[in-house]
Amino acid sequence: MTVLLQFLETWWVQLVCGVVIVAVVPLIAGYVVLVERKLMADMQARLGPMRVGPHGLLQPIADALKLLIKEDIIPRDADALIFWLAPVLSMTAALTSMGAIYFGPSFRVAEDINIGILFIIGVSSLGFLGIILGGWASNSHYSIIGAVRSTAQLVSYETAGGLAIISALLLSGTLRVSAIVDAQASNHMWFIFMAPVGFFTYLVASIAETNRAPFDLPEAESELVAGYMTEYSGFRWALYFLGEYANMIVVASIATTLFLGGWLRPFPNVHWLNWIDLLPPLVIAAVGAYCVYRAGKQPVKVQVWFMWAVALSCFAIAVLYVLPWLVQPLRFALPGLNGAFWFLLKISGYIYIFMWLRFTLPRYRFDQLMHLGWYILIPLAIVNVFAVGVALLLEAEFGWNRWIAMIVTTACTLAVSIYLVRLQDKRSAAASSATAVTSDSYAG
Amino acid sequence: MLDSILFYFFAGVAVLSAALMVTRRNIMHSAVFLVTTLLAIAGIFLQLRAEFLFITQIIVYVGGIMVLFIFVIMLVRLDVALHRVRFRLQKFVASLVVLALALELVVILALADKLPASLFMKESVAANHLPPNSEALAGSLFSSYLLPFEIASVLLLVAMVGAVVMAKSRRRSEES
Amino acid sequence: MSDTSFQNATRSNETLLGADELVLNMGPQHPSTHGVLRVKLKLDGERVRGAECVIGYLHRGVEKIAENRSYQQFAPYVDRMDYVAAVSNGLGYCEAVEKLLQVEAPPRAKVIRTILTELQRITSHLVWLGTHALDIGALTPLFYCFREREEILKIFEKYCGARLTTHAFRIGGLQYEAYDGFEQDVARFCQDFERRIQDYVDLLTGNSIWIGRTRNVGILSAADCIALGATGPVLRASGVKWDLRKAQPYAAYDRYQFEIPTGTNGDTYDRYMVRMEEMRQSRLICLQAIESIPEGAIFGKVGKVIKPPVGEIYHSIEAPKGILGYYIVSDGTTQPYRVRIRPPSFVNLQALDKMVRGHLVADVVAIIGTLDIVLGEVDR
Repeated sequence: MTVLLQFLETWWVQLVCGVVIVAVVPLIAGYVVLVERKLMADMQARLGPMRVGPHGLLQPIADALKLLIKEDIIPRDADALIFWLAPVLSMTAALTSMGAIYFGPSFRVAEDINIGILFIIGVSSLGFLGIILGGWASNSHYSIIGAVRSTAQLVSYETAGGLAIISALLLSGTLRVSAIVDAQASNHMWFIFMAPVGFFTYLVASIAETNRAPFDLPEAESELVAGYMTEYSGFRWALYFLGEYANMIVVASIATTLFLGGWLRPFPNVHWLNWIDLLPPLVIAAVGAYCVYRAGKQPVKVQVWFMWAVALSCFAIAVLYVLPWLVQPLRFALPGLNGAFWFLLKISGYIYIFMWLRFTLPRYRFDQLMHLGWYILIPLAIVNVFAVGVALLLEAEFGWNRWIAMIVTTACTLAVSIYLVRLQDKRSAAASSATAVTSDSYAG
Repeated sequence: MLDSILFYFFAGVAVLSAALMVTRRNIMHSAVFLVTTLLAIAGIFLQLRAEFLFITQIIVYVGGIMVLFIFVIMLVRLDVALHRVRFRLQKFVASLVVLALALELVVILALADKLPASLFMKESVAANHLPPNSEALAGSLFSSYLLPFEIASVLLLVAMVGAVVMAKSRRRSEES
Repeated sequence: MSDTSFQNATRSNETLLGADELVLNMGPQHPSTHGVLRVKLKLDGERVRGAECVIGYLHRGVEKIAENRSYQQFAPYVDRMDYVAAVSNGLGYCEAVEKLLQVEAPPRAKVIRTILTELQRITSHLVWLGTHALDIGALTPLFYCFREREEILKIFEKYCGARLTTHAFRIGGLQYEAYDGFEQDVARFCQDFERRIQDYVDLLTGNSIWIGRTRNVGILSAADCIALGATGPVLRASGVKWDLRKAQPYAAYDRYQFEIPTGTNGDTYDRYMVRMEEMRQSRLICLQAIESIPEGAIFGKVGKVIKPPVGEIYHSIEAPKGILGYYIVSDGTTQPYRVRIRPPSFVNLQALDKMVRGHLVADVVAIIGTLDIVLGEVDR
């Protein structure tokens, strides 16, 4: 009994954060889905979900309820244990990897692990097992092929993404998450400006990692080979789906931490820009004010109340942000709150880019996808690591200014990438001209 | 106290999973239980303050090698392969190996009080106070063990190239 | 719908040489076959060795029904064949019967028919573009295309009361006069449309993923097109400049200046460019036509009872999907003896086998989309 109390005493914060992650993240993922549907609708000249709740704000809850009460169908010859295990594994991997993410200088589950970034990447790659086991357990030839393809895609782009991360890690010198962000603070510049090619490579690799368009052939609807999720319905499918969106959040967090400055506000060390610290409560209060404005326009009474509730919660959060300014003893919370705001803002920006690309670009065919990963992205990432290393070497050994070294090596990397792309174009042009066949229609 | 509980949990999971792994009829179940065994071992590594080894176990062993195993299990027609393998001495060799391992365990337990205590269990420490594992590993890997590191990377490169060549030539021979 | 297993299990077919061939069935229910089309693909690993189409799932016996209806009664049935481009089906049929009766529609009717048919060509190409882009993975053009199409459908609704199966024309001319504001509506649409086409071009034409998915996919040479009888944008994209609106002008097409776009390679990308350019040309035709719609009657000298003399007639027009032909045999009664319809999609679909050979399974969807088939027309 005393052991239990002792345990709780030392670890209660982490337990609470863990419970929050497991309970809240699926809900947040559900709302990310709603945001995606609304954004998609906006880019497609329509409105999106509007009925369930004001402006569709209760749509994720309705969808979750619907999925929960659906009949649980298992294919007849499917392996029950693995059929059950696969989506659970996928979701668990995504949620566990969130444990090491710093959502602000003080919001995290796991203590400051020395191998922070590596932990996040490693544990989220356990999700691959979920995909491949899910495809196999469905006992359908096409699910297996879809799962194998999906895993092949994930593994290829994981290599490229890992190499891109290495280029940022070279700049920070440590795997520890808080130290990476501190390195960006001490450099007065986010790493995206110092290693832009690395950021771009990681962006493309992370889109492929999360099976999003334009790399979503394994789960596309209009393709012949059905994806690994075909035989899953109801809540099992919801677990896969939420695992995918949770993975998006994880990947966005990694990119934010490594490249976008984590929880730092823009221009973190510039003193005359300190008024930027006042922006978070103002932005949240503005959102609340907009909700109040829209509340008057809702057609149904319940929706009016709901909008008022949303507005009031926005105002409550804004007050929470303003309080430490006014109440001296609460000042310690200020960096944490601000940091969380900026971090979430950056994650949202990154996920917005994901969604934007999904609605705009057509889908790559599978061989084109693998070609892009192995022929273009991996060589580019390798050259980038080499270039960043050379830049650091120039700075350390020859005393070059870090900026000049970075710009020079980035230019070299871009030159190499342009060369690679041109090479591929030439090769594909040669291949296509070789296949121009004249055929005799009357024969055979 | 908490350390003991955690250790016994991980060890128990490892032993149970290993036992389940070798007794399952369904090979995919065996693979899944191997995954849990490896994850439990990774947990034990973490307890021994080897966090780099912990994450490498997960990334390489579970995320790479186990995925490879599962691919092979899925894509190879096992009933054909199983009929071909007729190794009669399997039970005998297995009992020999078990005997050797048991002997080892007995020797260790007998000499237990002669070995330093710090070899078996360390007290847990807050994660940010661990000795920097990755840095120490990197330091020795790139200075004292540079040659073996390079040889290992060349070996991996050769294996990769060889695999690609073998796969390609088989496909070409299939097409012709 | 999309996550049901719409493929049957595959069987191995032993060919004459003893090699194994895998047959993959893209069943009648499929999100990308644009209707109830069953395609049996013969696969060799990832590559397609041939395709066999099984059609008839939408066969409604339209040609047989024609034998038991009077000429005016049959006109609404014709709309239901290519239900995406009902107006041009009606144009072909009405002109064919007029030819049989040896009457001509008055000039005003011809010009209004031309305007409506060109608007319908734009709608048909918009539907094609949206669904084709959706099959290849671009989610957004579909909604933009349907937004433009909505404007045209509003014009149709104001004109004849229906949006899709319009029955806009009558044998001998038109029943409805162009409503007040018809020219203004069409002019406004044409003015907006140029900007919208630019939207589609921005989204797709220069996009390297789009080019990668459509260039050199489904190549059909000019000789193959002519041998197989493919017509319409499929033929023109292979380099053959054959368009019935210029070659054998009907309605009021000889009055207007427009270009016939052609392609060079005969691949999916060229067919895309040809159809985009055709939309632009249709817009130009509409703009020219509404400048000067002649005044006068809208209905020719056709009595209430249509009893054509004994004889037969074949009349073809350039429908959005290709050459649409009507072969009508009359035995002197009020009901035709035989109406045979030459649907463009039916003949174009025969080219599928030739086009998919050597491609990957993922390209089959793009190739079916680029043929622009409507199963109502294929099966009748």
